[in-house]
Amino acid sequence: MNMDFLIWTTKRALALIPTFIGITLISFFVMHLAPGEPMSLQADFNPKMTPEMRQRLRAQYGLDKPIYVQYAKWFKGLMQLDLGRSFSPDRRKVWDKIKERLPVTILINVLSMALIIIVSIPLGVRAAVRQNSLFDQVTTVLVFVAYAAPAFWVALLLMLYFGIELNWLPVSGLHTLMGYEQMDTWHKVLDWGRHLVLPVFVSAIGGLAGFSRYTRSSMLEVLRQDFITTARAKGLPERTVIYRHALRNALLPLITILGLSIPGLIGGSVIFESIFAIPGVGQLMWSSVMARDYPVLMGNLVIVSVLTLLGNLLADLGYAVVDPRIRTGLREEE
Amino acid sequence: MPFKKTLPKTPLGFIAIILLGMYQVALAQPGQKPVYGDAIITGSIGDASNLIPMLSSDATSHEIAGLIYNGLVKYDKDLNLVGDLADSWTIENDGKTITFHLKHGVKWQDGQPFTSADVLFGYKTIIDPKTPTAYAGDFLEVEKAEAPDPYTFRVTYKEPFAPALSSWGDIVVLPRHLLQGKDITKSPLSRHPVGLGPYRLKLWKTQERIELVANNDYFDGRPYLNGYIMRIIPDPATMFMELKAGGLDWMSLSPIQYQRQTDTPFFKKNFKKYKYLSFSYTYLGYNLNHPFFKDKRVRQAISYAIDKEEIIRGVLLGLGVEATGPYKPDAWFYNPNVKRYPYDPRRAKKLLADSGWRDTDGDGILDKDGIPFSFTVLTNQGNPLRDKTAQIIQYRLGQIGIKMDIRQLEWTAFINDFIDKRRFEAVILGWTLGQDPDIYDIWHSSKTGPKQLNFIGYKNPEVDRLLVLGRRTFDREKRRQIYFKIQEILAEDQPYTFLYVPMALPIIHARFHGIKPAPAGISYNFIRWWVPKNEQKYMMP
Amino acid sequence: MEVLGRSGKKQGKKRPFSFFLSLLTNPLALSGSIIVIFLFVVAILAPVIAPYNPQAIDTYHILEPPSRLHWFGTDSLGRDCLSRLIYGSRISLLVGFVAVGIATAVGTVLGALAGFYGKWVDTIVMRFVDIMLCFPSIFLIMAVIAFLEPSIWNIMAVIGLTSWMGVARLVRAEFLSLRKRDFVLAARISGASNMRIVFNEILPNAVAPIIVSATLGVGGAILTESALSFLGIGVQPPTPSWGNMLTEGKDNLEIAWWLSVYPGLAILITVLGYNLLGEGLRDALDPRKKG
Repeated sequence: MNMDFLIWTTKRALALIPTFIGITLISFFVMHLAPGEPMSLQADFNPKMTPEMRQRLRAQYGLDKPIYVQYAKWFKGLMQLDLGRSFSPDRRKVWDKIKERLPVTILINVLSMALIIIVSIPLGVRAAVRQNSLFDQVTTVLVFVAYAAPAFWVALLLMLYFGIELNWLPVSGLHTLMGYEQMDTWHKVLDWGRHLVLPVFVSAIGGLAGFSRYTRSSMLEVLRQDFITTARAKGLPERTVIYRHALRNALLPLITILGLSIPGLIGGSVIFESIFAIPGVGQLMWSSVMARDYPVLMGNLVIVSVLTLLGNLLADLGYAVVDPRIRTGLREEE
Repeated sequence: MPFKKTLPKTPLGFIAIILLGMYQVALAQPGQKPVYGDAIITGSIGDASNLIPMLSSDATSHEIAGLIYNGLVKYDKDLNLVGDLADSWTIENDGKTITFHLKHGVKWQDGQPFTSADVLFGYKTIIDPKTPTAYAGDFLEVEKAEAPDPYTFRVTYKEPFAPALSSWGDIVVLPRHLLQGKDITKSPLSRHPVGLGPYRLKLWKTQERIELVANNDYFDGRPYLNGYIMRIIPDPATMFMELKAGGLDWMSLSPIQYQRQTDTPFFKKNFKKYKYLSFSYTYLGYNLNHPFFKDKRVRQAISYAIDKEEIIRGVLLGLGVEATGPYKPDAWFYNPNVKRYPYDPRRAKKLLADSGWRDTDGDGILDKDGIPFSFTVLTNQGNPLRDKTAQIIQYRLGQIGIKMDIRQLEWTAFINDFIDKRRFEAVILGWTLGQDPDIYDIWHSSKTGPKQLNFIGYKNPEVDRLLVLGRRTFDREKRRQIYFKIQEILAEDQPYTFLYVPMALPIIHARFHGIKPAPAGISYNFIRWWVPKNEQKYMMP
Repeated sequence: MEVLGRSGKKQGKKRPFSFFLSLLTNPLALSGSIIVIFLFVVAILAPVIAPYNPQAIDTYHILEPPSRLHWFGTDSLGRDCLSRLIYGSRISLLVGFVAVGIATAVGTVLGALAGFYGKWVDTIVMRFVDIMLCFPSIFLIMAVIAFLEPSIWNIMAVIGLTSWMGVARLVRAEFLSLRKRDFVLAARISGASNMRIVFNEILPNAVAPIIVSATLGVGGAILTESALSFLGIGVQPPTPSWGNMLTEGKDNLEIAWWLSVYPGLAILITVLGYNLLGEGLRDALDPRKKG
C-alpha cells in the first residue's frame, strides 16, 4: 500500500461525510411528514395517526423542541448507534433488532452479486463478440423480458414450480428446523445452500439482465477502439485480444455500475425476504411499516443507506485498485 | 377378537392356530399401548408476547402458557368442571364460599413445592391495580381469600357468584417464591416461565420458534410427547407449504385449505383433519356514541342489509353457522328463538328512510342533514377471514347506499390506540367464548370505561339487571331463562350485528394417536397424544 | 442526422416527420408502440369491454378456474378476474404517468439548473443526487408511506419524488454539453436572457433523451407500484391493481394459478411495451446510429 493510495482513500472517505449528513437530513425530514392534529370531531373517531402515537414519537424524538435541537439529538443518537427503542410490545433496542438481521441480508446480497458477476460477464462478452448473432438476439430478448418481469411474480412462479411441484427446494426460512443442531458443518452448509438458492436467484434476476447488457455495451465500446485493431493487426490470437486486452478495459466502468446497483439489490431484499420468510432487514422494514413501528423503520432506513454508501466506497476502492490512472491523480471528468 | 378358539385335534391345526393368532396380533394396530417419544411441531401466525398468563391477552401466549401453568380447575372432554391442581372442593354459605383442597406433592419446575400460598399470591396480584391485566374482573367479586394451610385455599365472595368456580384456572396460580416483592411487569418469568405444568420452556427465539420439553415430574403423569415446538410463520400460505413439506405437524386450516387443498391421496394418507364449532364468534360492532349508530333502526337496517348466509358461504365455504347472539348454538344456554335478520335490502332501506336517511343528491349515497352515510370499519391485519367479511359487507352496504371503508390495523395498535380509546366508528372483531354464560364484562354499562370490554358503550338497564341476576343464580334452569331473555333483548337492540361462529379446522399429522374429538374440541387431552415407536420422527433429549 | 443550424428552432419543423418515420421502421419501437396503444385503449374503454363489474362479489363462484363464464377465472370472493385486470390497467397507467410526470419535472428542473449554471449549483445538485441514490428507493418509499398512509395519490407522489435522479443526470449532461455550442453563444450575443436560452435553444435539443428516459421510467413506476400493492402498502383492495391481485395469487398459490399468472403477465407485457418503446425511441433519436 503506497502513500498515494492511502491519501486517495482518505480523501474519498472524507468526501463521504457530507453525503452521510445528507442521508441523515433526509431521513430526519421524512420523520416530520406525520400529519398534524385532527381537525374535527368526526375525524376524531378515525384519525390517521392517533394522539398517542404522536405522543410517543414526540417523546422518542423530542419533536416538540426546536428543529435544530431535534436534529442534534437525532444525529448524536445515530453516531452512538442509539436508535431508540421499538414501539412494538417487546420494546427492544432498534439497533439490536437491525443488528441481528443485517448479516443475513448482506450474505444474500453478496451471493447475489457474485452470481450476477459470474453469469453476466461471460454472457455479455459473448454477446458483444458475436454481435447480432442468434446468441446475441436471444439473450437480448431474454434480457428485455427479465427487466420487465416483476421480481415477486417470478418468485411466486419459482416457488410454485420448484417448491411445490417438484419439491426440490424448500420455500421458506434459512435452514431446516429440526435436527439442525445435530448436523455437521458440511451438512449445515448444504442446508443453508438449499434454502438460499431461490432467494439469491430471485434477487439476482434484474441485476443479471442489466449487468449483462452493460457488459455487452462496454465490451462493444472497447472493441471499437484503436488499440484493439492494433492488437489484431499485430497478429495476436483472438482469445488474447478479447480476454487480455478488451475485457480488462471493459471491466473498469462496470465496477462503478456494480456500485450503483447496490441500492437496487438491497431494495429488492424487501420483496424476496417477505416472500421467502427470510429474517433480514428487508423483512424487518416491511413488518415495521405494517406495524407502524416508527423507530425501527427509521433506524433501518438510515442503516441501510449507510451500508449503501459504504458499498459505493468499496466499489470506488475496487476501481482504484484496478485502474492505476486513478491512483496517480489523472481522472476523467464524469 | 372375533376368533373362535376351539382346540384343534391335530398338531398341524395347532400350529395353524398359533400362526393365525400371531398374524392377528400383527394386524392389530401396532403399539396399541402408548409409548414415549417424538415431538409435535405446530405453526402460529403470531409470536407470543408474554408467558405470564395474566399479563397477556393474545391467543399464542395463552396457548403456550397453558402448557406450562395449571389452574385449580379445568374442563374435561364433556365440558364439565373437574379438578386440576385441586383434588376436590366444597361450596358452602349459600354458594358464597368455596374451599379448595389442593393436591399434595406438586412441584414447581424449579423444584419448589406448590402450596396454597401460590394461589393466594396469584389472587392478590391479579386484583392489584398495578398489574396490567384484562382478567381481574371475576376476582374483584371476591370478599376474602385465605390459605389456612398449605393445601387448603378458601375464597369467599361478596355475593353468590355463579362463574366463581370456573374462574380459578391457570390465570391465577403463580410461583410466589419467584415473584413476591418484585414488579411482575419486569419479571424474567415473562420470557423464562417457571410453571408446574406438563411442559417446560426450553427455548424462545423471537419471531422464530418456541420450544417446550416435557416435564418429567408433572403431577398428572409425564406427557408422552417429549417436545412441543411452535414455529412462527406469519403467512398462512407458507405455513401450509411447510405442513406439506413435513416441517409442521399441526396447524389450523383456513376454509379454503380445508375444502380444496387437503383431499388429495397425499393428505388422506399422512394427515387427519378435524372440524368442530370453534369457541368464538365474529361480529360487526358499532360505536354506540357515534351519531350514526345511536339509532337502533340504523343498526337493524345494516343487519338486514347483510346476507349472513352469503358470508358463511363465501368466507367460510360453509364451514360455520350464523351467530344470532353472543353464544355458540350448541351451548346449554343458547336461545334459538330470538329475532332474526334475514337478508332483506328493501326492509333495510325502509328502516334507514324512517330514521331520516335518503339519497337526496342522487350520488348513490344516503345522506341526512347534508352528511353522507359514510364510515370506516376497523379490523385487525393478518386475518383473511375478517378481511373478506369486511369486503362482502362493504359491497352489500354499497348496494343500499352506505359507503363503508375498510382499514386494517396491526393488533396492538388497534387495541391500544383505537379500541381502548374508543376511537372508532365500527369494528369487525371476534370474542372467544368461555363455558360459563356470564358476559357481564362485555355488556354491563359499568364496563364502559377506558380499557374495559364494553367498548361500544352499550347501556341497557334491563340487560344490566339480568346480567347481575345471572351471576347470582346457581340454579341451572333459572339461569338459562335469564340468559335467554338477555339474548332476546340483544337481538332486538343489535348493538352488534352478530355474524358467524366459524368452525375450528385443525389438521394433524397421522402419526399422532390418541386424538379423540369431544365437545371440548381435541386438545383437552394433548398430554395423552403419542406416536408409535416406528413412526417417531424427532429425537429430543 | 441534420446538422444543427444557426438556431435549434428551425430544425423543429422537419424533425417530427422523419422522427415518426424512423420509429415505424424500428422494430423495437414498433412493437412497443403497439403494446402501449393497446393498453391505452383497454384502459379507456374499460367500462365497455369489461364483462362484469370488477367489484361484484359472487359467493357461488369462488376461486373458479378460467371457464366460459369467467374467461380468466374468479378470485376468492367470486369477482371476475378479467374485469379486474382491465380496470387494473387504469391504475397502473395512472400511477405510471403521474409518477413519471413528477419525476421528469423535478429531474429536468434540477438537472437544468445544475447543467446550466454549473459550479456550486452543480455541486449541490449532484451531491443531492448522490445522497438520494444511497437510499434504496423502496425503503424510502415505505418509510414515507408509513407516515402518510397508503393512498393512490401519496404513492404516485412518492414514487415520483424518488425516481428523478436519472433524469436529472441526463438533463445535466445535455445542458453541460449544449450550453457551449455555437447556437447558444449566438443567442447570448444577440442579447437573449437566460430563460429564453434555456427554453428556446437548449431544452428542445435535450427533449429527446428526456422522452426516452420518461418512457423507460413508466415501466419502472409500474413495477414499483405493483410491488408496493403486492406487499399491502400500495393500492388497497377492493380497488383492483395488478399488484394487489398478485397478493391474492400468493395466498392461493396452489389452487388458483390464474390469480398469479395473469396479473403478472399483464405487468410483464405492459412494462415490456414501454421498455421496447423507450429503447426504440433511443435508437431512433441517437445521432450516432445514423450514418
